[in-house]
Amino acid sequence: MPTPSITLHNHKPGAPPGDLVIWLFIFAELLAFGIFFGAYAFSRSHHVELYNQSQLLLNRESGAINALVLITSSYFVVRAVAAIKQGFSRECANWIAGAIGLGGVFIVIKLLEFNAKFSAGISLSTNTFYMFYLSLTVFHFMHVILGMVILTAVMLKARRGGYTPEDHTGVETGASYWHMVDLVWIILFPLVYVIR
Amino acid sequence: MQYQSQKVAMPYFIAAIGLFTGQILFGLIMGLQYVMGDFLFPAIPFNVARMVHTNLLIVWLLFGFMGAAYYMIPEETESELFSPKLALLMFWIFLVAGALTIVGYLLVPYAGLAQMTFNDLWPTMGREFLEQPLPTKLGIVVVALAFLFNISMTILKGRKTSIALVLLMGLWGLAVFFLFSFYNPSNLVLDKYFWWWTVHLWVEGVWELILGSLLAFVLIKVTGVDREIIEKWLYIIVAMTLITGIIGTGHHYYWIGTPEYWQWFGSVFSALEPIPFFMMTVFAFNMVNRRRREHPNKAATLWALGTGVMAFLGAGVWGFLHTLAPVNFYTHGTQITAAHGHMAFYGAYVMVVLTIISYAMPMMRGRAANSEKAQVMEMWAFWLMTVSIVFITLFLTAAGILQVWLQRVSETPLGFMATQDQVTLFYWLREISGVIFLIGLIVYIASFFVEGETKEAA
Repeated sequence: MPTPSITLHNHKPGAPPGDLVIWLFIFAELLAFGIFFGAYAFSRSHHVELYNQSQLLLNRESGAINALVLITSSYFVVRAVAAIKQGFSRECANWIAGAIGLGGVFIVIKLLEFNAKFSAGISLSTNTFYMFYLSLTVFHFMHVILGMVILTAVMLKARRGGYTPEDHTGVETGASYWHMVDLVWIILFPLVYVIR
Repeated sequence: MQYQSQKVAMPYFIAAIGLFTGQILFGLIMGLQYVMGDFLFPAIPFNVARMVHTNLLIVWLLFGFMGAAYYMIPEETESELFSPKLALLMFWIFLVAGALTIVGYLLVPYAGLAQMTFNDLWPTMGREFLEQPLPTKLGIVVVALAFLFNISMTILKGRKTSIALVLLMGLWGLAVFFLFSFYNPSNLVLDKYFWWWTVHLWVEGVWELILGSLLAFVLIKVTGVDREIIEKWLYIIVAMTLITGIIGTGHHYYWIGTPEYWQWFGSVFSALEPIPFFMMTVFAFNMVNRRRREHPNKAATLWALGTGVMAFLGAGVWGFLHTLAPVNFYTHGTQITAAHGHMAFYGAYVMVVLTIISYAMPMMRGRAANSEKAQVMEMWAFWLMTVSIVFITLFLTAAGILQVWLQRVSETPLGFMATQDQVTLFYWLREISGVIFLIGLIVYIASFFVEGETKEAA
């Protein structure tokens, strides 16, 4: 059986958008979050009361706003990919800049939220729920930053006119990663903030 | 061999193989002491044999890594080594210091050695794997700095490839994390906590970068696959290694007095540590399948593929076996750990050093590959050593499962020594496998002396 191979421009029909390597990375990331979510569910089933009580102290509004922010930014990168497919480099770069800006908004809201929690004396050792809350959100937070770094690299190259309608694997690669960051929050937010 | 200065790798490789032999001999002595407690007592007590066995392993792998770097870097950077003379000088310093240390272990009682080597001025001794006396530790730092200076200067003046940069990052990391061996707080929890910064962040962190770049180098050479493709794999493997391995340190923090969240962090992240190893397996096979040339050195290709498979099994699978906190609660510090240690070190680090030696040695001796006859012999050695390490691992795993059951799970638990008596059979079987490993090693060494028709290196 032939093993899956990696080429630089693998745009065969049916192949995932972007570079195949980013998909290996995305699956590894989703696996990591998946295991964490599973562990959360497992631990919650043993301490339902504690989880429900602690959950009430989370700031659901800021979580919900952040969900909207990330979903909107995901829409922006969709527009960026659509733009480059028609050869509009400048428009593509602008849409990506918008997505990066919204990533920044997410970061600021999250930092305010973390600050409130740390001021209230909450730490990794407060209880198991907060251990998961802090680990999951900080872990995701770092992915938002990494996603912004990737998008910035793509934006700079787009600005220089480095992508064409025929060859824009880089834009799709960055967009795929950003969607993953968004997707994880779409699961994380209801799981940790809302579902009781 | 394209650059004259690459040849400085040769003494490093020869010393590595010599010390490797010493390591195996002490392994056999210790293996026998498991079943015949007073074997060679009082000349070589068990604790001394163990220290020599593990320290020799570390030192010969370091010789192998340095030799590999001296061989690879001129070719990668397309320039001669900054100073071959410095490399040769460091070789002798490291060899003499290493030999003196081992002689010290064998001839002087450990406490006396500590006294003789100023341990009271700056206590660093007495901790597993970091037993070296202070002068040896300082010597390692000096040798490492001179080595890194030499390699870094060569890279600075030459072509900068991803393989060279990943290797450099791994080697600098190796030196930096060794510095934690000088930090020995009196608080036992902190002591253990930072001890792992050397031990874990070496073997499950920076050493993996060295492993990845050595493997990538040999794969480019023997398969002729585009550098771009190989380097992309290397990047993703490095990223996954660091993401999983750094926080994966937590799997050592379960029961040493650190906060409870380490049980979750350690479990989750180290459960992912097999992924980069699995990627390495897929990487090695994928590249060999897509090869663009038939390199005459079949033995080197076999070693490269073997590294991929055995590193995944030993480090990945056998590591995962006991990495989850609820499992480790029972298996901690049993023969399961020993099983994992043997296969992981052999599969990842021993094999990758033998891979680069297998590729580079013929080149340094002026031929593209050894004769057919010599290669067949080397491949016999490969199978003898690899199969016997698999058996050593399986027997130790069996011993470990039995040990966990008798000592920690059963309704009427036995004491430690009483349990050891019950698993003697497996220790004997392990010792027999060890003898076969030694035979494999002798065949391996003999393969260097087999003559025959060879093609000259291009």
